[in-house]
Amino acid sequence: MSALMIRDLHKSYGGLEILAGINLEARTGEFVALVGPSGCGKSTLLAMIAGLETVTSGEIWIGDRLVNSVQPKDRDIAMVFQSYALYPTMTVRQNITFGMESRGVPKAEQAEAVKRVAALLQIEQLLNRKPGQLSGGQRQRVAMGRALVRDPKLFLFDEPLSNLDAKLRVDMRTEIKKLHHRVGKTTVYVTHDQVEAMTLASRIAVMNQGSVQQFDTPKRIYDRPTNMFVAGFMGSPAMNFIPARLAGSTSISVRAADGGDATLALAAPLPVGAPKDMVLGVRPEHIYRFTTDLKARKPAVQSMQAPVELVEPTGAETLAVLRLGDLEITGRFEPDDAPVMGETITLGIDMSRACLFDPVTKALL
Amino acid sequence: MSTRDLTVPVAAPATPWRQRLGTMVPILVLAPSLAASFIYVFVFTLWTLYLSLSSSSLMPTYGFVGLDNYASLWANRRWNIAYTNLFLFSGFYIVGSMAIGLLLAILIDQRVRGEAVWRTIFLYPLAVSFIVTGTVWSWLYNPVDGIQAFVRGLGWTDFSFALTANRNTAIYAVIITGIWQSSGFAMALFLAGLRSVDPDLVKAAQIDGASVSRTYRKVILPTIAPIFLAVAVIQIQFAIKTFDLVAALTRGGPGVSTTFPAIYVYDLMFQRGQIGEGAAAAMMMLAALAVVLMPYSLWIVWRRRAEGRNG
Repeated sequence: MSALMIRDLHKSYGGLEILAGINLEARTGEFVALVGPSGCGKSTLLAMIAGLETVTSGEIWIGDRLVNSVQPKDRDIAMVFQSYALYPTMTVRQNITFGMESRGVPKAEQAEAVKRVAALLQIEQLLNRKPGQLSGGQRQRVAMGRALVRDPKLFLFDEPLSNLDAKLRVDMRTEIKKLHHRVGKTTVYVTHDQVEAMTLASRIAVMNQGSVQQFDTPKRIYDRPTNMFVAGFMGSPAMNFIPARLAGSTSISVRAADGGDATLALAAPLPVGAPKDMVLGVRPEHIYRFTTDLKARKPAVQSMQAPVELVEPTGAETLAVLRLGDLEITGRFEPDDAPVMGETITLGIDMSRACLFDPVTKALL
Repeated sequence: MSTRDLTVPVAAPATPWRQRLGTMVPILVLAPSLAASFIYVFVFTLWTLYLSLSSSSLMPTYGFVGLDNYASLWANRRWNIAYTNLFLFSGFYIVGSMAIGLLLAILIDQRVRGEAVWRTIFLYPLAVSFIVTGTVWSWLYNPVDGIQAFVRGLGWTDFSFALTANRNTAIYAVIITGIWQSSGFAMALFLAGLRSVDPDLVKAAQIDGASVSRTYRKVILPTIAPIFLAVAVIQIQFAIKTFDLVAALTRGGPGVSTTFPAIYVYDLMFQRGQIGEGAAAAMMMLAALAVVLMPYSLWIVWRRRAEGRNG
């Protein structure tokens, strides 16, 4: 059964269309991430699921109930906000019990629930403090506690980690993942950070300009992005896009560093009706230094020459900017095996992992 | 890559007199206003304090008479009425204008249509001087050609609305007028406060199932508690200084029923030539202000320390 079902959802303010026909579905216990650049409508979509924004047209189902016109409090949801939205004048305990208090839950039951949640999130020692006396990470926990105590059908997270510093963000990301494993609640998680989406979600909906571009597992989204937007948005550094032309039935040619053409054999035959011009998409980690050993291990590897413009060591890996005609592409290398600036190296491109796009429709071929 | 000379020519180290001038400039600029504040606030306060202990009558003299002026002040029935009026007026005026101001602010905060128009209308009384307010309202209260005459003209010939004509109710006419004048001001401050509340808080309360009134009572209003205090303090010092409003509205009458301390001070000092006792009355007004403002500033200091502790 699906815990959340969204059918052909539209939202517009006056003449401005924010969401243009969203279809989405989350199975019970699933962790769905909505990811996209700012202004893509992901937060609006979440607010509509929560009932904080009205629906222009379409349907939102939570469980087996159509909730289009149901009040937020009756939707059986809990939400964690970007700013945490902890009530500043209440203690942590009061923050957690406020919802139950509003619903008239008996005191004894409230105390029991607070105890359970505080133990789960290890915030027992913070219960009598006010939000102003907590660190960012502690506030984050309390905000999650307030959501968890409800035991809702659906958890909504609105960019919950974007106010934390980089290190804490990684820690809290792990915590959220652990927490989701433990409580197993259906979760919809909005983020603009594709790494967060990749690490947390069981399925990702990549959004752009008010519509879902692709809704699939992280692996499928990463390996087989349906269009150039998804390909470029997911992954850092971004996928390299190289203009290419059809050369024979199973190979393509690209402009090489010296201005001539380099021919690359495709790993799989092209679909029927593929255009003559296309865009080759290669992720930086699928670019190697070519060796015969590599060719033996990965038969689909094709080689070409490219001068190294710039080298950026990050410690764990070294990124190299390579020149290809008037194009710059990025390759990711092992630090021990990294090229040096000014060198011209023979690249090995793993064609079995490469994607081909239609330059007009931007769609995957 | 070519190496470039990255050293930028730096100005020669400033000469000591230039440096000294640099540190002096802020002091020089601030000196006149600091001196003026010091003289007008502290010197004149101390001078008034001294006068209140002197035998000054028409002109300041320096014969020391101890607390005689205070004794005669508190023996005066009119002063007692004035001081009582001050507390009565302050209480009703502050609570009334804050309650109405808060109500208006909450109503406007519901994203009403034409918000700017409403805001301007409600804030407008503040732009009118107390003298004008007092004069206009004195016409409205006037039984012969004010509201009473108007309603009677409509046919309700028994209608009676003559607050300012009765010595027991005249003070309430002053209070109503004061509230009319300043509830817009309270509204503006409260509205600013309401707008500064994180909208996510309201959304969180909505999801938590709190009703609108509960959201305001438990979440929004506690968050803007400091604004209540600020509004109250500003209103109190308005109330204590009340002079022109009463002067234009009732002239302290009927009889002495709406006399205020400021009016009394003015009377003693400039009409009757009793500068010593007038100064004593002025010191009593200062005391009333201090009673209000000292706890407030102590609280501010305490809060700043508390915040400093918690980081």
